[in-house]
Amino acid sequence: MTATTPTPEATSVVAPRRGAPAPRRGGGRSTSRNLAGWVFVSPMLLILGLFLVLPIVMAAWVSISDWGGRGSPFASTVGFVGGENYQKLLTGGGLAQKDFATSLRNNAYYVLLVVPLQTALSLGLAVLVNRRALRGRGFFRTAFYFPSVTSSVAITVVFLFLFTASGAVNRVLAWVGIHGPNWVNDPRGVIHIVLGVFGVDSPPPALQSAPLLGLPWWQWIAGPSVSMCVFIFMAIFTTSGTFMLLFIAALQNISGEIDEAAQVDGANGRQRLFRVTIPMLRPTIFTVVTLGLIGTWQVFDQIYTGTQGGPAKTTLTPAFLSYQTSFISQNWGQGAAIAFILFAIIVALTVLQRFALRERGVPRRKRFTKGDAA
Amino acid sequence: MAATSLTYALLVVLAIIYVFPFLISVATSFKPDAEATQSPLSLIPETFTTAAYERLFLNSDFPLWFRNSVIVAIVVTAGRIFFNSLAGYALARIPFKGRGIIFGALVAVMAVPGVVLLIPKFLVIKQLGIYNSFAGLIIPLLADAAGIFIMKNFFESIPPSVEEAARLDGAGTFRTFWSVVLPMAVPALVTISILSFQGSWNELSHFIIASQSPDLVTLTKGVAQLSSGTLGQGTQYPLKLGAAVIMTIPVAILFFVFQKRIMNASAGAVKE
Repeated sequence: MTATTPTPEATSVVAPRRGAPAPRRGGGRSTSRNLAGWVFVSPMLLILGLFLVLPIVMAAWVSISDWGGRGSPFASTVGFVGGENYQKLLTGGGLAQKDFATSLRNNAYYVLLVVPLQTALSLGLAVLVNRRALRGRGFFRTAFYFPSVTSSVAITVVFLFLFTASGAVNRVLAWVGIHGPNWVNDPRGVIHIVLGVFGVDSPPPALQSAPLLGLPWWQWIAGPSVSMCVFIFMAIFTTSGTFMLLFIAALQNISGEIDEAAQVDGANGRQRLFRVTIPMLRPTIFTVVTLGLIGTWQVFDQIYTGTQGGPAKTTLTPAFLSYQTSFISQNWGQGAAIAFILFAIIVALTVLQRFALRERGVPRRKRFTKGDAA
Repeated sequence: MAATSLTYALLVVLAIIYVFPFLISVATSFKPDAEATQSPLSLIPETFTTAAYERLFLNSDFPLWFRNSVIVAIVVTAGRIFFNSLAGYALARIPFKGRGIIFGALVAVMAVPGVVLLIPKFLVIKQLGIYNSFAGLIIPLLADAAGIFIMKNFFESIPPSVEEAARLDGAGTFRTFWSVVLPMAVPALVTISILSFQGSWNELSHFIIASQSPDLVTLTKGVAQLSSGTLGQGTQYPLKLGAAVIMTIPVAILFFVFQKRIMNASAGAVKE
């Protein structure tokens, strides 16, 4: 660390170099400015380059090699295998493909449930807390935001305790006569359970085929497992506070006049919320959804702390599978390949987010005429 | 009137749901094992005991984990303050050649999801020979694009006339930065200190891949392994929850002291 720290001497030596060959007046100053600029950003460049850019290059190589985890991945004994690692995951037909497909399914259900629910809840919290006449505003805001600052490990430990078979959640459910499941240890898919209620316990012949990534349709439509639902609740619980803050900031940018105008026009509270406020929050909603999409594809900490992918692999996520494949099974090429496929998924979503953020720059009035025309 | 009381009722119920998990953690950590499982809802222990904390502090590696987390969080925070403000200042105020490219690269780098980098970071850490060392735990965490943006935005808000005066007095770029501009940036520095401390205190995945040594286990890693049973302890909820409570306390104190600033910063950081 100390080696990369630019000392005051280093920069001040540069500063008085006025005599350098300069095409015009002030040229020397711009040279020294260039040097100072580069000296100032160099520590950051070095660290970002070493731990962000270089790693990507190395992992790209590992994902197309047969490196076994010993020695340098650039040693001459390491062979090039082309797309073999990717092929095993996408069309291999073996356990690797099945696990990967399962992890994608698990995470997809997680995303599908967490993103809409956390967006709706955080918007609801923001609208409730933002009322001008509300007493104890600060307390409520703090209460809703606090879970966002604590560590995911600590929260996971608490949730595992709340959701044990005879834990707090099931005690509360028992008050209303519901016999709760053995949450964290229950691998049954929610949709399978619902189908079971209607007497469909085994896959109908049409759903036994497995054309998509080697996982039968019946497995794809299983829904999130009861165990995964605990992580879904937890994600909504921990992220809604952060997104609530985004919505509050956006709500405060909306001038009170518009709301008053709608009130004068005779709109009631509900109409004002759904016809005036929410349409004006559209850019923020879009941002929250995209951030949610990016975040929910990276579930790792909670799975590592909680279930390690179990029960019956129903909480396996691509991020955790990538870790497990590399660090536990020592299958580095395949682990890196999983990481790159996950990267591709997230990049696609990030592009969407950039697009969403660009819309923020559109002047308010323009946005309205656009909306009116539509 | 009825609508208002309904709002309050709704808010109170929601607040209870949000606060309850933290209250029950504290309460359970003071219960004996059997009571923790038998009455998981009661907020007041029938038999009050500090057995869980005694075990944590006297008969486990918990104090070591705590010490490691403190070391890492403090060094990372100090490092980020310095590097972020240097880079932020250059990007805001020094019109050097290549600034646009660096800025663009930074935006691109910010988009790379951390989880994807686990394997690659491990490879680099191994190659550099800093695996199983504090250097391996700390140095990669010093890369912090979001913090650079916060500093850059702040420096842009300082009037340039301040630096002009210093420059006329003959101060070099670093002198101007160090003794004139930086002292003015204390509010922004406090913000990034809080975010850095919180971020590195709560970090887990990087610590998992950066070392194997039992001497370098941090709180998050240790408690996660305790929880998932990798360390082979049964249920022992008071013990686990006590560990969770203690690891939350530093961040909670920071949060309650700097509440307003944290909330503004996290809303701003995501927006910009």
